Amino acid sequence: MIEVNEILQTMQMIHEQHFDIRTITMGISLLDCKKNTDAETAECVFEKVTRCAGRLVAVGEELENELGVPIVNKRISVTPVSMICGDNPLLIGQALDKAAQTVGVNFIGGFGALMHKGSTRAEECLLEAMPEVFAKTERLCGSVNVGSTRSGINMNAVRKMGHVIKRTAELTADTDGFGCAKIVVFANAVEDNPFMAGAFHGVGEPECVVNVGVSGPGCVQRALMDVHGQPFDVLAETIKRTAFKITRVGELVAQEAAKRLGVPFGIVDLSLAPTPARGDSVAYILQEMGLEMTGAPGTTAALAMLNDMVKKGGVMASSHVGGLSGAFIPVSEDIGMIEAAQARCLTIEKMEAMTCVCSVGLDMIAIPGDTSANTIAGIIADEAAIGMVNNKTTAVRVIPAPGKKAGDTVNFGGLFGFAPIMQVNTAKNDEFIERGGHIPAPLHSLRN
Amino acid sequence: MKKALVSVTGVDRPGIIAKVSTALYELNVNVLEISQTILDGYFTMLMIVDMTAATVPFADVAAKLNVVGEEMGEVVQIQRADIFDAMHRI
Repeated sequence: MIEVNEILQTMQMIHEQHFDIRTITMGISLLDCKKNTDAETAECVFEKVTRCAGRLVAVGEELENELGVPIVNKRISVTPVSMICGDNPLLIGQALDKAAQTVGVNFIGGFGALMHKGSTRAEECLLEAMPEVFAKTERLCGSVNVGSTRSGINMNAVRKMGHVIKRTAELTADTDGFGCAKIVVFANAVEDNPFMAGAFHGVGEPECVVNVGVSGPGCVQRALMDVHGQPFDVLAETIKRTAFKITRVGELVAQEAAKRLGVPFGIVDLSLAPTPARGDSVAYILQEMGLEMTGAPGTTAALAMLNDMVKKGGVMASSHVGGLSGAFIPVSEDIGMIEAAQARCLTIEKMEAMTCVCSVGLDMIAIPGDTSANTIAGIIADEAAIGMVNNKTTAVRVIPAPGKKAGDTVNFGGLFGFAPIMQVNTAKNDEFIERGGHIPAPLHSLRN
Repeated sequence: MKKALVSVTGVDRPGIIAKVSTALYELNVNVLEISQTILDGYFTMLMIVDMTAATVPFADVAAKLNVVGEEMGEVVQIQRADIFDAMHRI
């Protein structure tokens, strides 16, 4: 029988510590939608997405009401569009956007390409179309994989993505370049990630699948308050125990959702995904460990431990763990990160170090509007190199807010939050980026 | 057995248990266990119930309890007990 204190603990986690299921994401393969023309493909894509995901939102809401735990987002990920598009990917992008609207999900991810080894003609077309597509759609997200540990870094793709991000910001200048919040540049992208904006349905995935992303930075922070002043061993155990409980609920929701939707359960992504709400911050966990502010010396070590303990606690709680599992460190979506950036305690360079040990990379960082495409490409190349060498997923999602300077603030609203514009190193790198070509894959012996 | 947790929070007043139990009885939901406490000055009642023989679907039970709660000025919620089992039992 369940004890009263256990019931109360669960209720406190939900009502006071912002514990929620962050997303139920349905992955849908579009490989069978490829037709002779992009217009026909778009039609087929719309039909398939609305058919497969027709009940997704209803099932999410049912589970939310029955289990009493908020399920914040219902989303869809699809096969990278470059695999099914021709010369006019805009048509398919718009079909996906319309499908998302029709079934009532807030985001649909997959308008992207896997280009870590080189590019196809369709991929070139897709990159060309990206800025216009993200300016003309509302719920569509996309990601491009530019490097991997096994294949090195495609520097042509890196250079082009610098221009894509820059152009997207210009085309969405009326919203401070918000279009860029829907573009992620990955190295070692994972195929089953349920979190936006980087979710896509990998080619190794089944026809249709349900993935669930859990969250709960507030629960971890609260648990750590009880072990104030204790050694790291105690801290580590406490994080593991909390991650376990959080993930168990994710597993329950994922199993139930898969059953009701009649599709296989894929994975639970046990991430600590912050929101701008106070008490739902990854940065505050680091501060609870004893740092005055995120960015202080010790931040990388604190994050490394947090990230690892979240995984260790979570893997035992679910039959299939996957996605990006770990701690996210977006700036605009985390009140503690925002405060640290505003105080200039947190810089992009320090964040780069943090991305070596966190679950993904440089995320939701607003940078000055006059940052050049090559500088952005340089930031992407650095992150991709970290991912490639350390055999981990890294990503860049930066927003060069048009007309804004370091120290200004941009507000994206809702879960995307607001962000101070962070200073970027502007030393020239044009010659480096314009070389093009490919950085070969790294050696995996003689490691030091 | 389809177990669920009914939680009632708010100000302590006479008749809370009676009203919630009556509503559950009318829907043929069986009460297995009741615990009541004053937490931070708030009245908190937890009921573990069995919904196996309930005459209406879960959502309707929830709606009915919601109405009962509003009439009394209390917050009455119901959620499946699976979430507690998942979280606290291996």
